[in-house]
Amino acid sequence: MNKLLSIENVGMVFETKRGRFEALRDIDLAVDEGEFISLIGHSGCGKSTLLNMIAGLTFPTMGGVICNGREIKGAGPDRGVVFQNHSLLPWLTCFENVYLAVERVFSAKESKAQLNQRTHAALQLVGLTQAATKHPHEISGGMKQRVGIARAIAIEPRILLLDEPFGALDALTRAKLQDELMVIVANLKSTVIMVTHDVDEAVLLSDRIVMMTNGPAATIGGIVPVTLPRPRDRLALVADPDYIGCRKQVLEFLYQKQLRTAA
Amino acid sequence: MASVIAAIGSDKETPCATSVVTPIVVLGEPSRVAVVKPQLKMGWQIGKTVIGILKVVAPPFLGILLFLGVWALIAQSNNQIPSPLKTWGSAVNLFSKPFYINGPNDQGIGWNILSSLQRVGIGFGLAALIGIPLGFLIGRVAFINGMMSPIISLLRPVSPLAWLPIGLLVFKAANPAAIWVIFISSIWPLIINTAVGVSRVPQDYLNVARVLDLSAWKVLTRILLPATLPYILTGIRLSIGVAWLVIVAAEMLTGGVGIGFWVWDEWNNLNVEHIIIAIFVVGIVGLLLEQLLVLIAKKFSYEYQA
Repeated sequence: MNKLLSIENVGMVFETKRGRFEALRDIDLAVDEGEFISLIGHSGCGKSTLLNMIAGLTFPTMGGVICNGREIKGAGPDRGVVFQNHSLLPWLTCFENVYLAVERVFSAKESKAQLNQRTHAALQLVGLTQAATKHPHEISGGMKQRVGIARAIAIEPRILLLDEPFGALDALTRAKLQDELMVIVANLKSTVIMVTHDVDEAVLLSDRIVMMTNGPAATIGGIVPVTLPRPRDRLALVADPDYIGCRKQVLEFLYQKQLRTAA
Repeated sequence: MASVIAAIGSDKETPCATSVVTPIVVLGEPSRVAVVKPQLKMGWQIGKTVIGILKVVAPPFLGILLFLGVWALIAQSNNQIPSPLKTWGSAVNLFSKPFYINGPNDQGIGWNILSSLQRVGIGFGLAALIGIPLGFLIGRVAFINGMMSPIISLLRPVSPLAWLPIGLLVFKAANPAAIWVIFISSIWPLIINTAVGVSRVPQDYLNVARVLDLSAWKVLTRILLPATLPYILTGIRLSIGVAWLVIVAAEMLTGGVGIGFWVWDEWNNLNVEHIIIAIFVVGIVGLLLEQLLVLIAKKFSYEYQA
């Protein structure tokens, strides 16, 4: 396995009006190509901050994040981000939202027809060919999140970053989208880092679950490898002893070791 | 954001849909009320429909009736004020030939309205041309915001007509001076609303721009401009409203052709009916301008859903 991303000795200190606030301390993590990593922890533990650092939206005050042999100096289309609240532009159709990303990355080398084709392919991958001409306010929350995923994968990023992608969805829609995401990721062999609150989601999707301690000065409290064979079937896994074991480890971490400030 | 936007921005947000506008919009409702499935109790249904229409039409109708009644009463007790009926007759006469020209100071009411609208158009157009880009800069660049804030805070509350002497001095002619007054008084809502709109573009959209590393041009055309458009349109509406308020006063002082000058001229002729007609004309044209811009705003503003 090739090491694609490494987070080295990362710390984050915010200078606030009420003084120094140390959000993250001594984070070390290496991610291999094709790996699916989940970041899990209680609210406010800095997992989204960590994801934003990988995205290049914020910068660590200590240490560094190295992607593909180079330190991350800013955001860029080699990392595709799916935001929690989908962040689609409401004045563009679903097609145009995805096209905006495709155009940015491929317009230098490809014709307009090819760009259109890429956009359609991405929408097809998430099952939204029918909704291409609709505006975000005309489609459901689950469909919006699918467009968000299509926009992120259409640019063929090296790493897919998901910030609680299904957190705002109802349980049934969430399960459906998790299944679809597993298929897409398996087909594209993507490297994925996902922030989540949901233990089942983390175990179902991940190769490794990175558990974060509570802040301030949050750090990695433990890593649970999930060695369940793929493709994974959520129904079959319910009674699988390995699945139950992983789930138990994460739950124990969250609700026994890190319970104190579950604000 | 620094002082100007923070201090002034807040009160500029409310869409200025006046209560005068509402009845006209609501008048369209009866057609929807009237579409009721035919049922056995037809008479009762029709009765219900009539009541529905009355509920919508009656209040504004009564309001206008009351207004005319008060006016007629005043006209009766003061013989210098013409009655509604007399004014109406005069208006019919006046509007029967709106586009005559008997020399520079005696032209039809149509020409007067059009020249006022033209001044407002030019003055407002120039204000938009400068105000909207300036608002963008103020909203985006903190340094420029800091630079412009004191100037805007100082100049914005100045009464529009105070600018007229400067206009006359610089342009040495009445018409450009009137346009100048329109320009300077209608530019502030444009600058401020645009700046507020730009500064309130949701961070989510800007994050999309950042993760995709979009070019400055794409950020402007695909994100900033569409996100700010509703604010700009509110600015335009406020600004045109101000311009139309100011034009009458400006033309009274500068003369020439125009609805404001016409009011003054009719005052010199002691033709009170025409003055009252002018008041209605100014009101109706203002109302139509407002409605036109509301229509445009509806067409352009996107459905917003978080």
